[in-house]
Amino acid sequence: MAVQESLPLEPPARTTLRVHRADHLLVADMVEPGSKVLDVGCGEGDLMQLLESRGVDCRGIELSREGVNRCVSRGLAVVQGDADTDLDNYTADAFDYVILSQTLQATRQPRVVLENLLRIGRRAIVSFPNFGYINMRLQLLINGQMPRTDNLPATWYDTPNTHFCTIKDFVLLCDEIDVKMERAVALDRYGRPLRLNAPWWFWNMFGEQGVFLLSRAEKKHHAAPGDYIAP
Amino acid sequence: MMNVHPVKGPVATGGERPHEADHPTSLVASFGADQPLRLDCGVDLAPFQIAYQTYGTLNADKSNAILVCHALTMDQHVANVHPITGKPGGWLTLVGPGKPIDTDRYFVICSNVIGSCMGSTGPASTNPATGKVWGLDFPVITIPDMVRAQAMLVDRLGIDKLFCVVGGSMGGMQVLQWSVAYPERVFSAMPIACATRHSAQNIAFHELGRQAVMADPDWAHGRYVETGAHPHRGLAVARMAAHITYLSDAALHRKFGRRMQDRELPTFSFDADFQVESYLRYQGSSFVERFDANSYLYLTRAMDYFDIAADHHGVLAAAFRGTQTRFCVVSFTSDWLFPTPESRAIVHALNAGGARVSFAEVETDKGHDAFLLDEPEFIDIARAFLHSAATARGLDRAGR
Repeated sequence: MAVQESLPLEPPARTTLRVHRADHLLVADMVEPGSKVLDVGCGEGDLMQLLESRGVDCRGIELSREGVNRCVSRGLAVVQGDADTDLDNYTADAFDYVILSQTLQATRQPRVVLENLLRIGRRAIVSFPNFGYINMRLQLLINGQMPRTDNLPATWYDTPNTHFCTIKDFVLLCDEIDVKMERAVALDRYGRPLRLNAPWWFWNMFGEQGVFLLSRAEKKHHAAPGDYIAP
Repeated sequence: MMNVHPVKGPVATGGERPHEADHPTSLVASFGADQPLRLDCGVDLAPFQIAYQTYGTLNADKSNAILVCHALTMDQHVANVHPITGKPGGWLTLVGPGKPIDTDRYFVICSNVIGSCMGSTGPASTNPATGKVWGLDFPVITIPDMVRAQAMLVDRLGIDKLFCVVGGSMGGMQVLQWSVAYPERVFSAMPIACATRHSAQNIAFHELGRQAVMADPDWAHGRYVETGAHPHRGLAVARMAAHITYLSDAALHRKFGRRMQDRELPTFSFDADFQVESYLRYQGSSFVERFDANSYLYLTRAMDYFDIAADHHGVLAAAFRGTQTRFCVVSFTSDWLFPTPESRAIVHALNAGGARVSFAEVETDKGHDAFLLDEPEFIDIARAFLHSAATARGLDRAGR
């Protein structure tokens, strides 16, 4: 299937020189223009600003006060809140997409959060660092220390991340709660998508992060690596 | 283009303050017997007047008007020196040229609320039917009544849709009421340090204040104007109690600690030994010079009755369903009068209603009063929110 073309490997045409994160560009490409999006754990609003520049109506939730205030000062509609507790307040089908970008591992109840995402949004886009990444494995295997990377620099005792998983773990969770995977992409440490025809174990070993477009399962479907069902 | 500048009314002196209720030192909109104000208590108030102040210039399509809703005991002089007290405006940190509510860009309106004593009709005004001061014969006022009166003023100014309604505390309640009662007339709204209903604790504090006023023998069942004595002591106590709720323990400690006033050792008496005591006494005594005791009763009562959800079968989200207004809700970490969970409840209801809402909690130890003070984080948020809303409204830097 023609996936390669749909991956925005160059920044979108904008007048600013702002460099967008590779996973943000990938996520933004999964969102249909004109839709309504909730970004859970939106940080300082980089992804939201990218989406709004593409005509997407965005709302955000962010735990840190600094992040929220930064977003508001950028003109974004962001509320201070906690993904673990505040998502209950959102009505079903309130959004077209709910995005959880690099936040899943910091939630107390990832499974509940994931179920909430797909209740509030028609679709969910989830990206997370892959703990099965070869560098992670080697750090534990060879150094005997809890792994740290450029993207996850915190030490084990002061990290906000409490629930790490691998791409394989996430796929199994999606299977368990009957979530349909519409699209799955693994990115290497430079944010480039891995080979699309590689087997899952290859993604789990060499993907530094996984990005998944999910929807509520009407019937069970499992995406193969690189599999892409047009929305 | 319509130019409106603050106009000075008849010059009054401090001693003539009750006079100010009828002849305010600002612009006045008068509504005759044919334009009654429908009050929630069932009374049609007519005639009545609203004192107001404006700053800046209304643009050609009347799209740059910001209504500032003042807090409990403040007044319409938000951004100018008060002509009687000589004190600076109540919200100079936020309103003025180059400030977030930029009077070079927006046309700013602030009205004295109905029921107050600074020129809008209230218990300190003269009842045209009797020729005497209204006193307790004045009908009970609610927050929706205040907003209805403001809407009549906004109509009078020929403005269909306000660019923004902004206010803190009781002003924030008015902002919420505006956005619920007239969603199509409010492009953006900034409710600050407020709630959709007055909490039991806050009602309790207000009752304490009212009881202090009413326990003063000079109050004379509200007819003190006729006796010539003003319930200074009761009102001062009410103000002292209220003032404590506007601050925080940390702020009081930073300002005064347990320091003594003009002495080294305690006097073992009930003099104001501590600095914090004399500060409160000063706050109380300066307040009675500018405020009417009965108005204090009416305005605190209005806040007590406020409960948006109650008007929507207990479902707050129903009040905001389908709103197109852009909201920015702000709370302060050390505000114990309207703590952050109250603001969060507003935000949840707005989210459930699908509103475009921002919410920020500003970290400060200055308590409830922080919304009037120079809090850089808050000022930045207000500026950014208004600027982005102005961009969405198509207003340029000059407000055109």
